[in-house]
Amino acid sequence: MADGHDPNGSVAPAVGEVPRRAGLVEFWFYFGESRGAVAGLVVFGLLVAIAILAPLIAPFPPSEQFRDALLVPPPWAGGDRPEFFLGTDPVGRDILSRLIFGARFSLFIGTVVVVVALVGGITIGLIAGYVGGWVEAIIMRLMDILLALPSLLLALVLVTILGPGLENAMIAIAIVLQPHFVRLTRAAVITERRKDYVTATRLIGAGPLRLMLITILPNCMAPLIVQATLSFSNAILDAAALGFLGMGAQPPTPEWGTMLAEAREFILRAWWVVTFPGLAILITVLAINLIGDGLRDALDPKLRRS
Amino acid sequence: MVRLILARLAVLIPTFVGVTIIAFAFIRLLPGDPIQLLSGERVMSPERHAEVMHDLGYDRPLIVQYGSYLGGLVTGDFGSSVVTKRPVLQDFLTLFPATLELSLAAMLIAVTIGIPAGVLAAVKRGSILDQAVMSVALIGYSMPIFWWGLLLIIFFSGYLGWTPVSGRISLVYFFPPVTGFMLIDSLLSGEKGAFASAVSHLILPAIVLGTIPLAVIARQTRSAMLEVLGEDYVRTARAKGLPPLLVVGVHALRNAMVPVVTTIGLQAGYLLAGAILTETIFSWPGIGKWMVDSVFKRDYPVIQGGLVLIAITIMMVNLLVDVLYGLINPRIRHG
Amino acid sequence: MNKTALLIGAACLGLGLATAAEAKNLIYCSEASPEGFDPGLYTSGTTFDAAGRTVYNRLVEFKHGSTEIEPGLAASWDVSDDGTEYTFHLRPDVKFQTTDFFTPTRTFTADDVVFSFERQLKADNPWNKYVEGAAWEYSDGMGFPDLIKSVEKVDDLTVKFVLNRPEAPFLADLGMDFASILSKEYADQLKAAGTPELMNQQPLGTGPFTFVAYQPDAQIRYTAHPDYWAGKQPIDNLIFAITTDASVRAQKLKAGECHIMPYPNAADVASLKEDPNLQVLEQEGLNIAYLAYNTMQKPFDDVRVRKALNMAINKQAIVDAVFQGAATPAINPIPPTMWSYNKDIADDSYDPEAAKKLLADAGAADLSMKIWAMPVSRPYMLNARRAAELMQADFAAVGVTAEIVTYEWGEYLSRSKETDRDGAVMLGWTGDNGDPDNFLDTLLGCDAVGGNNRAQWCNQEFDDLVSKAKVTSDQAERTQLYEQAQVVFKREAPWATLDHSVQYMPMSKKVTGFHQDPLGVHRFDGVDIAE
Repeated sequence: MADGHDPNGSVAPAVGEVPRRAGLVEFWFYFGESRGAVAGLVVFGLLVAIAILAPLIAPFPPSEQFRDALLVPPPWAGGDRPEFFLGTDPVGRDILSRLIFGARFSLFIGTVVVVVALVGGITIGLIAGYVGGWVEAIIMRLMDILLALPSLLLALVLVTILGPGLENAMIAIAIVLQPHFVRLTRAAVITERRKDYVTATRLIGAGPLRLMLITILPNCMAPLIVQATLSFSNAILDAAALGFLGMGAQPPTPEWGTMLAEAREFILRAWWVVTFPGLAILITVLAINLIGDGLRDALDPKLRRS
Repeated sequence: MVRLILARLAVLIPTFVGVTIIAFAFIRLLPGDPIQLLSGERVMSPERHAEVMHDLGYDRPLIVQYGSYLGGLVTGDFGSSVVTKRPVLQDFLTLFPATLELSLAAMLIAVTIGIPAGVLAAVKRGSILDQAVMSVALIGYSMPIFWWGLLLIIFFSGYLGWTPVSGRISLVYFFPPVTGFMLIDSLLSGEKGAFASAVSHLILPAIVLGTIPLAVIARQTRSAMLEVLGEDYVRTARAKGLPPLLVVGVHALRNAMVPVVTTIGLQAGYLLAGAILTETIFSWPGIGKWMVDSVFKRDYPVIQGGLVLIAITIMMVNLLVDVLYGLINPRIRHG
Repeated sequence: MNKTALLIGAACLGLGLATAAEAKNLIYCSEASPEGFDPGLYTSGTTFDAAGRTVYNRLVEFKHGSTEIEPGLAASWDVSDDGTEYTFHLRPDVKFQTTDFFTPTRTFTADDVVFSFERQLKADNPWNKYVEGAAWEYSDGMGFPDLIKSVEKVDDLTVKFVLNRPEAPFLADLGMDFASILSKEYADQLKAAGTPELMNQQPLGTGPFTFVAYQPDAQIRYTAHPDYWAGKQPIDNLIFAITTDASVRAQKLKAGECHIMPYPNAADVASLKEDPNLQVLEQEGLNIAYLAYNTMQKPFDDVRVRKALNMAINKQAIVDAVFQGAATPAINPIPPTMWSYNKDIADDSYDPEAAKKLLADAGAADLSMKIWAMPVSRPYMLNARRAAELMQADFAAVGVTAEIVTYEWGEYLSRSKETDRDGAVMLGWTGDNGDPDNFLDTLLGCDAVGGNNRAQWCNQEFDDLVSKAKVTSDQAERTQLYEQAQVVFKREAPWATLDHSVQYMPMSKKVTGFHQDPLGVHRFDGVDIAE
């Protein structure tokens, strides 16, 4: 799904210099100008708080089974058990509590996948861009191959090889999201490498590692940050899709996609077990995408101007 | 032009070989085996199992297996399914039109709604309309489509009863697949009501699959339009007093289309990924569902052949986009 | 591709497009694509429904809705006194189907019978390997290559099977799908044309329905065989609409897009029953779901530990949560509808306190173990993970820590066979031929250790009883032996017997003449639909 979610495709977004100290104030100013972005940030903050405080705010433990309350509808929709605000699932677990704990998994998945894909992608991209030659050719061909297959299909096959489960799903998704970071980093490095300040630093006698990490990298962070936000929401969606296909987190993990897959047989009988996990996914992804849009606008002077 | 295409094709060859290696390697790494799956709870004797593995050639050295696989590919032989024993290529060609039809319909919805919506939002920048369009687009673009599909089924098929639940056409109609496109075949068949039936079956899955491309296209069109509207020549055109419709419709839109076309092309990969989920939900007999089923059945030759065929398809679409891009953007052609 | 298209096209013309108003169509929303159309090659019910029971006949058939045998293509048969020679007198003038890919020139004879069996029994038969990787699993699984010495044509309408030893369930075996009778003449034609693989794609037999066309993952079409030996079917066209998702099937049935569906979600049954246009048949399935301990592994080699765990499981909770009540908690390893079921055996009571005590006695008070849960839904266990979660909670209540593990289905099946397997494995069985031998010896006999006997349980007393019953022809005596064997089983508790599920068959009220089959296949001969 990665391909679909990047409105610029895999073409490197034309993004300007990253704001340093003075720029940071300006950056916040522009970010704050977008009401959507702020709203997204607030919702995201709330989600983080919910995830951290899950054991305190969830009414019940996520796996506690109330054998006398199977598939009870929410109290405001005809249910007779007011303690289960969003109803219960087929083995009598409180859906609200499961959703609250599920926030932990989704945010965890997003964070881990982005960190892995970002670190891996930057490293490979830096090497490709800086070393060049046949190393670059091989790396870029490899990335082409990964991009030539639909990401979800690739992730599905990878996770089948690694075995179904949350960790393996995260690894698989990180692998399929990686090529975007590699391409962006490489493109940025190649542009930056020719610039005067790099040449100057090299003449002073800086080693290649220092050159790559301290001189060049900070100057190509902007597109990477935007891509990272996009990847965060893609990771959540892809993990949920894998869970939905039965290859992601395994029950009884209250991961939203897995909950949805488990609930699928009840679409005619118990709408609440189907509706709420999907809604939770949508809200989370929406919040992150709002932040992503805000970031891009704030980091991209060209869009800002227009 | 021809040189451009040939050059691009040359670049594709190593990628293609890479894909075959990866597809081949993946399959050898998959745990479980299809023969075991075929016997289900019933236990197959180890001798018979070994015999079948031998018949299928899975006991040969990997390099020999790869060699014979590659040799087969060159002659158009993608192997046969372990389960159905039918040739992989035959099944791909039978099922691909279904996916293609669904994807084209999804893209049609995405383009016909997405581009006007994006243009409108750009022209009325900052208005309530703009905000509404962009909000809806953002929601569409954040949508877990498997959930979206379920909701639409519950509402339109279950609650309202407007659309059929699954399949490509009512089973009352039966005619030979001439083109494989149900819409065309239903017209060719001359049977009354067949075309309407095919359309009603196509509409929900196409909406579900088209949702994300629609959102992406609307957003891309808006930002491309905004950029173009700020350019000097548009301002000049406006200043000259040309009618706004002409300025927007002809001058601005034409130039804004360049990145939009690229975006549309880049959706090809997404459409195939989305088809995996959409086809699963709507029991649509296409290659997405076929691949998922094969992964679950560990049908090695199908997964292997399917991956390669899908990669070829996507590479061809990308090539086409490159060529189109060159056509509408003369700067690329010269450069 | 082009060839298939042409064939399908030709088929249409051949039918004169008689699909519209005047023809009677029965639409069956089937649960999956068939694997192929040669029932000898496969083991899944989906394939048997699509080929075995529609296109083909067997020498003997199961009566509608029962596991009793009645004459099929064999009008009668004699068995020698020592039980090793079966002579079948074939039905005369049985016509094969005529299609656009084959026109028969002769009626059914002994040659067809010999061909249909020999291809499965003899490795040197030219049809033994007619598709890559052909494995005649059912024939193998029922031990036919060892059991059958020869299949001989006596004359055109007489066939003799010679066995190496007497085998009580043999006749019932011949009613199974893998024993379907194919046309030798059609086979010869395919061979001559160099396309033997079409046998698995375009089936042709003597059965009630003629195969017309198959569109993968979409539909299979049949027409009634006009010259069927038992008379033409009341419906004209039979259509399988392949719909893999159970909720979607239910939706289609409600919307009138199909007339019958198998395997509804347990959750949907209530709403299907309420629908005024639908009727829901139900029948206890001939199946069992079980949790097999590894009796070779400590501490599960101690019968007290196994008993204690059995007492800790709340089976009713599983029935409620997984089947929405549509199953019965299992006591014996065979279902109650099967002959020789021992009604006098009482189940281990659900008693966590007693279980705790028993575990302490056995020195396994703080036991931790693994529960294997199947990754797929089966008729006898719709959602193994959910059942495992329930058992996990039950075990926790008696101080046993259980970890749920699962593998890919093929992996699961093969790993669970290993004798050094760690943990208790959830699995089940659906009867093949209605004989208790098919459960008791197949799943619990000493020969099956390291194979179908997932408990790795070899008990001499039990094994002697079921082995003796296998070669005994007197039904009363067999019944007694099997009843005794069930007593031994319950005492030794190699399994926690979980449930026997109820099979639902929702269908339009217009459908008449459909009988649910205890063996789980779906037959459409004799089915009619009111206009």
